[in-house]
Amino acid sequence: MTSKYGRWTLAILAHLALLLAWYLFVKLGNVPKFVMPSPEATLDALLQPNYSWWTNIAVTGTEIFGGYVLALVVGVALALIFTWSKVLEAFFMPLLVSLNMIPKVALGPLIIVWFKYGIFPNSIMAFSIAVFPILLTTARGLREIEPELLDLVRSLKGSRWQLFTKIQLPGALPYIFAGMKVGAILAVAGAIVGEFLGSDKGLGYLMLQVQVTLDTPAMFMAVLMITAIGMLLYGVVLALERLLVVKDARVV
Amino acid sequence: MVRINPLVTSYPFIHLSGVRKVYGEHLAISDASFDVMPGELVSLVGPSGCGKSTLLKILAGLHPHDGGEVRIGSPSHPFDPSKDVGMVFQAPLLLKWRRILENVLLPAEILGLPGAPSKARARDLLALVGLAGNEDKYPYELSGGMQQRAAIARALVHDPKLVLMDEPFGALDALTREKMNLELLRIWKEAGKTIVFVTHGISEAVFLGTRVVVLTAGPARMADNFVVELPYPRTLDMKTHEKFGEYTRRIYRLLGME
Repeated sequence: MTSKYGRWTLAILAHLALLLAWYLFVKLGNVPKFVMPSPEATLDALLQPNYSWWTNIAVTGTEIFGGYVLALVVGVALALIFTWSKVLEAFFMPLLVSLNMIPKVALGPLIIVWFKYGIFPNSIMAFSIAVFPILLTTARGLREIEPELLDLVRSLKGSRWQLFTKIQLPGALPYIFAGMKVGAILAVAGAIVGEFLGSDKGLGYLMLQVQVTLDTPAMFMAVLMITAIGMLLYGVVLALERLLVVKDARVV
Repeated sequence: MVRINPLVTSYPFIHLSGVRKVYGEHLAISDASFDVMPGELVSLVGPSGCGKSTLLKILAGLHPHDGGEVRIGSPSHPFDPSKDVGMVFQAPLLLKWRRILENVLLPAEILGLPGAPSKARARDLLALVGLAGNEDKYPYELSGGMQQRAAIARALVHDPKLVLMDEPFGALDALTREKMNLELLRIWKEAGKTIVFVTHGISEAVFLGTRVVVLTAGPARMADNFVVELPYPRTLDMKTHEKFGEYTRRIYRLLGME
């Protein structure tokens, strides 16, 4: 069962098994709906118009993707600047490592003070948490160049630009993707935490609203939706990696 | 004695005299003086820290030397330091994201050589090193020995006059290494390049070289420079010749191992 086909079958089976376990647990255990709704009750929540699913999905999705794309652009750009200037790197890198130690969630109340609440501050939240892994792994990837390869380019009097485009950047790509994968997961968490702290729209906001009335099916559905958005983002990153990075070079 | 290489003329291609290199307090090489004729394959042999890799980097123009004279090129074989050096290292250092043919083409790309002729040449070279049919594979699909063959093709693609090899077979298993030695001699004969071959394998140095330069460590200096008077093509059974034993013993003695 280690063939590609077999692996897919097993993966799908595991998901179905969890779904079945959930169903049986609720049905056989007579678990009250407000503690844990059944799969059908959860699905039923999707049909209630008063939850404005599409609006909330669009808002949360925008926050996550917006923050993530910003993190990707800023993270990669800063890493590039650092490889071009050793002084800048020596100056900023230790600082960034320190800043990375700040629990970004703790910045939430401050971000609200600075940017009010809404889509933008929540994107900033997603950005602040996703940018560091992307920046740090990219910087590392750009630094990982075998000294002999450098000698080879130098012996041919290759330019800095040739070294960068032919060796450094493609060599760093697997690292960039490793950072992007970690960043994708964190961006989702960042946006949701932002919504918990202050917002008037989005899936995180919806969860707080329905929590008051112990509307657990809607909360379950919201969590599923957030997960789906995260999976979509992760899937896009994974597909891009498949496209751009040669199998052997991938960093898991 | 039979002339060992028909390309050998009276004017040296490489002339080193009294070459010195210091890194801070540390003397990396001192008084290296030897000549290499066009088309020769010279082995530089010695223990770690004897300065053989340093010498190679000086020849590659990667490090300046601190004393003495380094002259490469002759009237019959002019030398352009930016185009005429090919390098092979202990690790193949192929770019993982490039197919074998694209890997071989790297120096041609850096030098901005025209694409189509370079590609044709790269294909020919891959055939020469025994990798025909592997052009479109990725490095991870090849064994270590095959990757090193590709690295040799890469070192030849821009048609350099001088090929510098830094322990190119040091990471291979013993059998593959012997095989690659024979292959290198064949490639050398076909390609007609001047090769400087750094190794710490004493038998390898004698087996390959038209000449062997022995370097010793602590202090790093040149200890010997002699012509290997064994005919080409060399065969593995030459390793049992009395003369082969004399040469290896001569090196062992210099390195204080006898």
